[in-house]
Amino acid sequence: MSKLVISAIGPASSVQDGGRHGAQRYGLTPSGAMDRLALAAANTLVGNKPLAAAIEIGPFGAAFTARAGAVRVALSGAQRNADIAGRAVAPDTSMTLADGETLTLGFARGGSFSYLAIEGGIAGEPVFGSLAVNARAGLGSPYPRPLQAGDELQTATASGAVERRIDLPATADAPIRVVMGPQDDEFDDVQKKLFLDSEWKISATSDRMGYRLEGPVIKHLHGHNIVSDGTVDGSIQVPGNGAPIVLMPDRGTSGGYPKIATVITADLGRFAQTPAGKVFRFKAVGMAEAQNEGRKFADLLRTLPDRLRSIESFDLNIEALHDANLAGSAVSAVDAGTWQIPAADALARD
Amino acid sequence: MAATLFPPRLLPSGDSAITVEFSRNIDDAANQRVLALDAMLAHEAVAGVTETVPTYRSLLVHYDPEQIDFEILGEKLLALALLPVPPVTKTRRWRIPVVYGGEHGIDLEDVAKTLSTTPDDIVARHVAGDYRVAMIGFTPGWSYLSGLEKSLHMPRRQNPRLLTPAGTISIGGVQAGVQCLAGPSGWHLLGRTAVKTYQLHRDPTFLLEPGDRVTFSAVDAETFAEQDRAAEAGEIVAELIDA
Repeated sequence: MSKLVISAIGPASSVQDGGRHGAQRYGLTPSGAMDRLALAAANTLVGNKPLAAAIEIGPFGAAFTARAGAVRVALSGAQRNADIAGRAVAPDTSMTLADGETLTLGFARGGSFSYLAIEGGIAGEPVFGSLAVNARAGLGSPYPRPLQAGDELQTATASGAVERRIDLPATADAPIRVVMGPQDDEFDDVQKKLFLDSEWKISATSDRMGYRLEGPVIKHLHGHNIVSDGTVDGSIQVPGNGAPIVLMPDRGTSGGYPKIATVITADLGRFAQTPAGKVFRFKAVGMAEAQNEGRKFADLLRTLPDRLRSIESFDLNIEALHDANLAGSAVSAVDAGTWQIPAADALARD
Repeated sequence: MAATLFPPRLLPSGDSAITVEFSRNIDDAANQRVLALDAMLAHEAVAGVTETVPTYRSLLVHYDPEQIDFEILGEKLLALALLPVPPVTKTRRWRIPVVYGGEHGIDLEDVAKTLSTTPDDIVARHVAGDYRVAMIGFTPGWSYLSGLEKSLHMPRRQNPRLLTPAGTISIGGVQAGVQCLAGPSGWHLLGRTAVKTYQLHRDPTFLLEPGDRVTFSAVDAETFAEQDRAAEAGEIVAELIDA
């Protein structure tokens, strides 16, 4: 066994996985990763199950040190500067930390959460099948709270496998798609149009329970109190002050404010990654489109292993060369051997 | 009673959940239908349904759209919801001990004043009630009870408290509550119970089920302290009167 020591970490960083399902009827919310695709990509890179527990790293920097042996990890999600002992590390790749080496991460750029998966997973005691931290309910393992400097995660010793990268589809800077309802009839057409046609920003006071939105005031038709009913990830509730809150994985399982719309499953991760203060819009789609997008998203999660490329394999480097050429930057075959060198801006320090 | 049941409304909650809404109000008949549909789905597995969450007046049905789509599941739910509500044959009934007033129930005096009566009378009315767990939600084990006597109905506090103790027994609007974890609340705090409706390493982890019957009994502070130690050690403390 090796361990990964948290040498430094900011707030809003915790162990998360696919979540804790089946006990919402008792008031226990699922929790789980804010961006499941990024969680799955990081896990896939080190050969873990896609929704295995990994470290969800909030917007601030962090540092992790291997102890008692080498540790193989992979990083995906929000872009950040990353280096091991001064060697820059590319995003969406696996890497091995020798015993005593430290991976240092900068602030998140263009996103909020990154995922550091550890080969062999994180040792812990699952509750309702999950290690995910739900601080309010005192759940999560090995620590039932956000991570702090000095915490240690027990894990497998690195296998020495060939390092890999994963090619993920480009993230669209498109509107966040929603299905209207369940309580869109608590708003008149003018207010629904205002919701859909306005520019919104995520408030800095947001957290894993909910993202507060800044924009126009949305007025209710009959007041803001409804009889509490069930919520889902992505429920957009409108409280009395008219400022919508999008419920996130640590949400209450029930809520008493009208829910004007719900973010579609395929866009939840992209929404969670929207940085505070960045302007975005919503777009209403029909159920058929939402479910079709959901199926495509589930398919993407399932086929992530097909997107892996060995960093050292000659054949795959030819492909990397091809990709790089398609992207418009001609590289030599020699350069293709070091495909993982990040773009210039990723090398710049924060 | 052979009265025709009106159909519930099927409201989309995103692309993988449907809210089956029987009423817009807190309504006992609607809650019975919610719990009946929940029970039917538990017994008669519908492929693709992953989790159900009963609340006062609607059942939230989570499903996997790769296995079943909105229209087909909606039709099945509608058909089940229109079946006659089966008579409840087996209901569990719990007696939950409560220490009322003083430091344990800081709003008891005010509630009595507001309702122009004595704290003892409020306790007597609260203890006399026959309650049903209408839903559990918000935080683990927070049990919302229907059956609060009309004379105890009163609006929630203007300023919700950010922190109320674990085990708080409270009333708010037309509801009574058994709160498990410490947390925020806008309800009137009448007392505390040592009973933990949620305790992680106990079997069962969750004590109450939606549909369970609940009555309260008054205990003194000493008994509460004893029960609190026992509950901490994993004892259930609540009394199961009928199973």
